[in-house]
Amino acid sequence: MLIYILKRLVYVTPVAFGVSLVCFLLVHLAPGDALSAVLPADATQETINEMKAAYGFDKPLPVQYLIWLWHVLHGDLGTSIATGRPVLGEVSRAVVNSLILASVATLLGFTFGTLFGFVAGYHRNSVADRAASALSVFGVSVPHYWLGMVLVIVFSATLGWLPPTGAGPDGSGNWRPDFDHLRYLILPAVTMSVIPTGIIARTVRALVADILSQDFVEALRAKGMDEFGVFKHVVRNAAPTALAIMGLQLGYLLGGSILVETVFAWPGTGFLLNAAIFQRDLPLLQGSILVLAMFFVVLNLLVDVMQTALDPRIERA
Amino acid sequence: MTAPITAASMALDGGVLSTGDAAPEAAFVPSRGFWGHVGHRLVRDPVAMGAGAVILLVVLIAILSPWITPMDPYKGSMLRRLKHVGDATYWLGSDELGRDMISRLMLGSRLSLFIGVTPVLIAFVIGSAIGILAGYVGGWTNTILMRTIDVFFAFPSVLLAIALSGALGAGIFNSIVSLTCVFVPQIARVAESVTTGIRKRDYIDAAKLSGASPLTIMRVQVLGNVVGPIFVYATSLISVSMILASGLSFLGLGVRPPEPEWGLMLNTLRTAIYANPVVAALPGVCIFVVSIAFNMFSDGLRAAMEIRQ
Amino acid sequence: MSVIPDAPDPFARDRGGPAQPLLSVSGLYKHFPVRKAGGKKQVVRAVDGVDFDVLKGETLGIVGESGCGKSTTAKLLMGLIERDSGSLLYDGQAVGERVMPWRSYRRQVQMVFQDSYASLNPRMTVEQSIAFGPKVNGVPGREAVERARALLARVGLEPKRFAGRYPHEISGGQRQRVNIARSLALEPRLVLLDEAVSALDKSVEAQVLNLLLDLKAEFGLTYIFISHDLNVVRFISDRVMVMYLGRVSEIGPSDTVLDAPAHPYTEALLASMPSLDPDNRTEVALLAGDPPNPIDPPSGCRFHPRCSLAEPVCSEKEPPLDTIGPLHRVSCLARQPGSGHSSAPARALAA
Repeated sequence: MLIYILKRLVYVTPVAFGVSLVCFLLVHLAPGDALSAVLPADATQETINEMKAAYGFDKPLPVQYLIWLWHVLHGDLGTSIATGRPVLGEVSRAVVNSLILASVATLLGFTFGTLFGFVAGYHRNSVADRAASALSVFGVSVPHYWLGMVLVIVFSATLGWLPPTGAGPDGSGNWRPDFDHLRYLILPAVTMSVIPTGIIARTVRALVADILSQDFVEALRAKGMDEFGVFKHVVRNAAPTALAIMGLQLGYLLGGSILVETVFAWPGTGFLLNAAIFQRDLPLLQGSILVLAMFFVVLNLLVDVMQTALDPRIERA
Repeated sequence: MTAPITAASMALDGGVLSTGDAAPEAAFVPSRGFWGHVGHRLVRDPVAMGAGAVILLVVLIAILSPWITPMDPYKGSMLRRLKHVGDATYWLGSDELGRDMISRLMLGSRLSLFIGVTPVLIAFVIGSAIGILAGYVGGWTNTILMRTIDVFFAFPSVLLAIALSGALGAGIFNSIVSLTCVFVPQIARVAESVTTGIRKRDYIDAAKLSGASPLTIMRVQVLGNVVGPIFVYATSLISVSMILASGLSFLGLGVRPPEPEWGLMLNTLRTAIYANPVVAALPGVCIFVVSIAFNMFSDGLRAAMEIRQ
Repeated sequence: MSVIPDAPDPFARDRGGPAQPLLSVSGLYKHFPVRKAGGKKQVVRAVDGVDFDVLKGETLGIVGESGCGKSTTAKLLMGLIERDSGSLLYDGQAVGERVMPWRSYRRQVQMVFQDSYASLNPRMTVEQSIAFGPKVNGVPGREAVERARALLARVGLEPKRFAGRYPHEISGGQRQRVNIARSLALEPRLVLLDEAVSALDKSVEAQVLNLLLDLKAEFGLTYIFISHDLNVVRFISDRVMVMYLGRVSEIGPSDTVLDAPAHPYTEALLASMPSLDPDNRTEVALLAGDPPNPIDPPSGCRFHPRCSLAEPVCSEKEPPLDTIGPLHRVSCLARQPGSGHSSAPARALAA
C-alpha cells in the first residue's frame, strides 16, 4: 500500500508542475499588460518600468515562472493588484466558504443519488427506475445557474421563505453553523446538489444492477442468506466506486461553483474569481485557479488511494 | 490409439459450400453496413427521435430566425417593458428593455447553438487527431501527449473554461476558444483508449502484413472503427457545452449585449425576477430543453451503436 | 504471373532450387520483459533459441501446449513483433535487410489468424478486406475487387452472395474462408496458419482443411501449420515440429514423430489425446500439471520435472537438438549417445 501511494505521488508530481505552468501562462495569455488595469492612463514610461520591475514583469518568461514557482512553494501567491492584500489570505477565506457549500451539496447529492440508485437498481424497469433515470438526465442537463434562479424565484421572490442571496444575515463573508446562516445555505446547496445526484444515481443504479446479476449473489441466496445479508454484500461491492465518484464530484463542485456562487452572491472562490476577472486582477485570478486546481489534484489522489484501499479487486502493484 | 482423421472422412465437401457450414439459404439481403444498422435502430427509438425532432426544430428556427421573428428583436420601448406571458402583442412577454421575448429567444437560438456546438465540433477534429495518433503510434509519443492531457484533466472543466475565458477576455471568439480547450483533452482521451483497443486487433496485424503504410492503415482500417465511439462521446458533450457556453455569457464572458443569447438574456433578466419571474426564467427553459434533447439523442445514438461486433 | 504491377518481383519466382529451404530460421530468441510485484524486472522466455527449416512445397506442423511459444514464433516469422536475435533466410536471402526488406518478404509470406472475427475489419465488407492488400500494393481498385471476387469463388463463397457482406453477417467457417482468400490475395509462396481451424466446428474444420490442401496443390504453396490438435496436424503435415517452453524438442517426418516419437514429451502429448478406442484408454496421466513458468524455466532439460525418464543428468545438462534418424532431430539426453543418461543408445548405433 505504501509503495502504491508513493507511486501515485511520483505520477502526480509532474501533473502538478504542469498545472502550475498552465496557471502561470494564463496570465500571459491575457491581452494587453497585466498592469494596464491598475496604472493610470497617463502614466509615464518611467512609472510603467518601475512597476514592471517591482512585479518582476521585466524578466524573461522562464525566469518569471521559476521565481513565481519559488514563491508559490513558499506559500506566497503574490499580492492582489486590486486590493493590495496577499492573494493567499483572500483565497483561503473564499475556499472555506466554497468548501462548506460544496461539501453540503455533495453530501445531499450522495444521499439522494445512492437512494435513487439503489431503488432503481433493485427494481429495474419499474416506475421507480424510470423516475430515477429521468432524474439523472435532468441532473446532468439542467443549467444549474438557471435552476438557482428558478429556486430563488419560487422560494424567495414568490413564497418569501428563504433569503435569495448572501451567506448570512449580517451580510458578512463568514458562514457560521447556526440556524440563521443555515437558511442561507439551503438554496445554493440544493442547486449545486442536482448534478452529483444525477451522476451518482446513474452510477449506483448500474453498479447495483450489475452486482445483483452476478453469479455470487445467486450463490449467496442459494446458500440461504436473507435479503438483508445480500444487501450488505451489494453495499460492500458498490461502496468503493460510489465513494470515489462522490470524492470527484466534490472537486468538480468546488471548481465549478462560480456560476452558482454568482447567482447566490455566495462569498466563495467563484465569487472571488468573478471579481478577479472583471477587475483584471491577474495575480488573484492566477492564485485562486492554482489553489482550486491543486485541491482537485490532491482530491483525485486521495480518491485513488481510498478506492484502492477499500477495493481488494484493484491491484496495488 | 486415436481415431485419425482420414482424407476419406473429410471429403465431405468439394470446395464449394455445402450443408456443414450452416449457410442460411435465405434469399440474398443486401447488407446495410454498420451505419445503416445504427440508423435503422435509431429510427425505431421514439425518445431519440423525439429529441432529434426538437433539435431539428431549434436548428431550423436558428437558421430562419432573421426572417421569421414576429417583431424586431433589438427594438424595445421602456413603456412596454416586462409584459407578462400571454400578452396580446408580446406572446411570451417582453424583456427589461421592452423588447419582444419570443423574437429574442428565436434569434438567440442562433448564437446559443453556435457557441455551444462549435467548440465540440472543433474539439472533435483536434481531439480525435491527437487521440488516434497517440493510440496508434504508442510509445513515447503516447506518453508525452497523454501526460500533457492529464495536466488539463487536473482542472475541473468549468474552472478551466472560466479561467481561460477570464484570461483571454470576453467575446464570442474567446469563449469558443476556451471551451474548445476544455473538450480537446476529453475527446483525445476517449479517442486514445478506443484506438489503443483497436490497434491490438488481428485485422490491424493483417493490414500490416499486406504492406500498407501506417498512414494508410490509420486512414482505412483504424478511422472507420474509432470514429463511431468518439462521435457518440462528442455528441454527449454538446449538452455540457451548451450549458457552459451560455454560462460564460451569463457571467458576462461570452456574447455581449445587445446581441440576444440565452445565457446573456438570463443574466440581464435577473433584475426582473420579482417583477416578472416567468419571463425571467424563459431563456433558461430554452437552454434546458435543447440540452436535454442533445443528451437524449446522444443516449439513443449510443444505444443504437451497441450492436454485436 | 503476378497481378502485382511493379513486377518483376525477384522473390516471386524460385531462386535457390528445390533443395534450398524456402525459409530457414536459426537462433530465434524473444524474451518479453515483465514486472512482478515488488518491481523486480524479469523476462518471459517466450522463444528461447529456435532453429528449423521450412522446405519448399511441404507443410510443416508446429505443435505444443499453450504457452510453448508457437504463436510468438508465428509473429516473429511475420515480423509482427521484433525478434531479439536470430536470422530468417527466405529462399537463401536474409529477411529484413537491404536486399529483402520486410515489405517484399511479406508479399511472399502471408498469415491466417486463429480468431476469424478479430482478423477481419468489422466496418469493411468481405470484398474490401480481401482487396485491401492488392490495392495498397498498387493494383487498381477495379482489378483488386475483381481479384477479391475470384478468390472468394475459389475458397467456396459465391461472390454474388458474400462479397458485400460484413464479417458479423457470416458464419465462422465462412469468415475463415475469407481470411484464407485474403492471405492469398498477394500471391504468396508461404502461408502461415496460426491455429487457423482450431476455433471451428469439427465438420467445418474438415472442409476448411480440404480447401487448404486443394489450394496448396493449385497454387504450389508451402504451409506452416500451427495447432494444438495432433489429429489435425497429422492429417495435413508432412513434417512436425514439437515445441516445449520456447524450444524445439523434436522435429521430423509426421509419421515418425507421431507414430514413433523419440522425445518423452511428444509421447506424453500423444498419450494425453482422448482416444476413441475403448481398449486404448489412457490409464495414467502422462502429462501431469501445467508447464513450468517460462519466466523461470527448469535447469538443464526443461521437461525434466515432468518427464518419466528424468535422471540427475537431465537437470544439469541442456540437451542439444541432435539428429537421430533421417530428417529426425530430437533434444533428449536419453536418445543421444554419450550424453550420460543411462538409457542413451550406444555411440556405435548413431554412427
